[in-house]
Amino acid sequence: MTSNKKWLSVPYIFWSALFIVVPLGMILYYGLTDRTGAFTLDNIIAITTAGHAKALRLSLLLSLISTIICFLLAYPLAMILSQVQMKRHNFIILIFILPMWMNFLLRTLAWQTLLEKNGVINHLLTFLHLPAIKIINTPAAIILGMVYNFLPFMILPLYNALAKIDPNVINAAHDLGADHLHTFTRIILPLSIPGIISGVTMVFIPALTTFVISSLLGGGKLLLIGDVIDQEFTRTSNWHLGSGLSMVLMIFILVNMVLSAIFDKEGEGSML
Amino acid sequence: MKSAAKRIYIALIVLFLYAPIGTLMVLSFNASKTRAKWGGFSFKWYIALFQNEEILRALANTLLIALLSSLIATVIGTIACIAMTGMKRQAKSILMGITNIPMLNADIVTGISLMLLYISLGIRFGMGTILLSHITFNIPYVILSVMPRMKQLNPSTYEAALDLGSSPINAFFKVVFPDLLPGILSGFLMAFTMSLDDFIITHFTKGVGVDTLSTKIYTEIKKGIKPEMYALSSLIFVTVLTLLVLINLSPDKKEKK
Repeated sequence: MTSNKKWLSVPYIFWSALFIVVPLGMILYYGLTDRTGAFTLDNIIAITTAGHAKALRLSLLLSLISTIICFLLAYPLAMILSQVQMKRHNFIILIFILPMWMNFLLRTLAWQTLLEKNGVINHLLTFLHLPAIKIINTPAAIILGMVYNFLPFMILPLYNALAKIDPNVINAAHDLGADHLHTFTRIILPLSIPGIISGVTMVFIPALTTFVISSLLGGGKLLLIGDVIDQEFTRTSNWHLGSGLSMVLMIFILVNMVLSAIFDKEGEGSML
Repeated sequence: MKSAAKRIYIALIVLFLYAPIGTLMVLSFNASKTRAKWGGFSFKWYIALFQNEEILRALANTLLIALLSSLIATVIGTIACIAMTGMKRQAKSILMGITNIPMLNADIVTGISLMLLYISLGIRFGMGTILLSHITFNIPYVILSVMPRMKQLNPSTYEAALDLGSSPINAFFKVVFPDLLPGILSGFLMAFTMSLDDFIITHFTKGVGVDTLSTKIYTEIKKGIKPEMYALSSLIFVTVLTLLVLINLSPDKKEKK
């Protein structure tokens, strides 16, 4: 049987080698060569030019803020949801996956309609005699778009991690005299770390590298690093530069992967 | 009082997530073409939708890609899970590490890397390249939802089936498969959803003239979006919602009996 099983792994090993490992090698090859095929580090050093560095700084800042907001919104929610009966587990997951069935671009576009100067939210605010908000085409709108699009990816791993905590452990802490704050900081928070790492990764990486949200909600003037890379590939066709900049992004991704590997050995913080 | 606050908090988050969807649904009935003005209630975009061949073709492409890629990914992913249980610890953790790459990696990097692969292999861009890419990013979702089920499995039941004279294939489908099924189904559903919602990877791996809904919407956003799109996505959303409500209601009834 074991020999049979070994044979079974061939299709997937072949697939992942061809479509995961080799393509990453291609990026390394393009990123480290110029148009003539000669070795160069110019494509990576290009990140330090004013425009690129500015885009990367803005991306880092906005994705960091978005990740923090997502975490602060999602953690209390996940805690509340984790107290709901397990029978409802699938239903809870569905509520947060369902919005994905409405196209991602259209959902983001809808925020344009909601946030516009004469948009729905401002109409409501004027009706309530509150001052109108002007956040469309600002970094704040991009953050809102990021939080909106990636919040489910924070909620689900946190919910999964928190729902797995044995209620007896929490009861034991209470019986032994711990108050709510202590139970939280000593028991609940440490046990949910795999979920936190996974949620932070699932929000931070897409937010750092997105390129459509900024053009839809930021008015197209604020360039994120994802926009820059997209332009190198689709407009200027400088694949070498685009690959070099992607390699810079991959450094952040690698750091994240190492962190998840350290804190989440069993894959407990998975989304599903 | 405390539970009321909890309910309000859940409601606010759900409102935040569903507000744009509600907006799109309202817009799909807006007789005026611009998003800024309400021009009265109308079904005209729904009628126009079924006469718009480009949108319908993009819809057909999207559904075909989502269905095929999630089916193929489910088969490859499930087989990979079975294979991995028989692997040595080290080999297994290397393979799981590679499996995690498409999930942890940025979509833009995955998209670009696949695009460079197809170019160097000389594969023509089109439905085929989109399908290959979607299978690739769907497999991890399947593996990650089947694997936990696999770990819970009792290997003795399979061996018992073999001892009792069952063929390995028969034993797999009669004994192992039913236990894996919930994981396989949720992996399939997750893969289908991800494929349907993907824009970035499709954007880099599609050919000229081939569009899925996402890429079609992307080009329309630049030129001015057609309200038919609102009508279409509202229809898709309501269909899925209805299906999910029906699926979720039926087991409850059984339990009450």
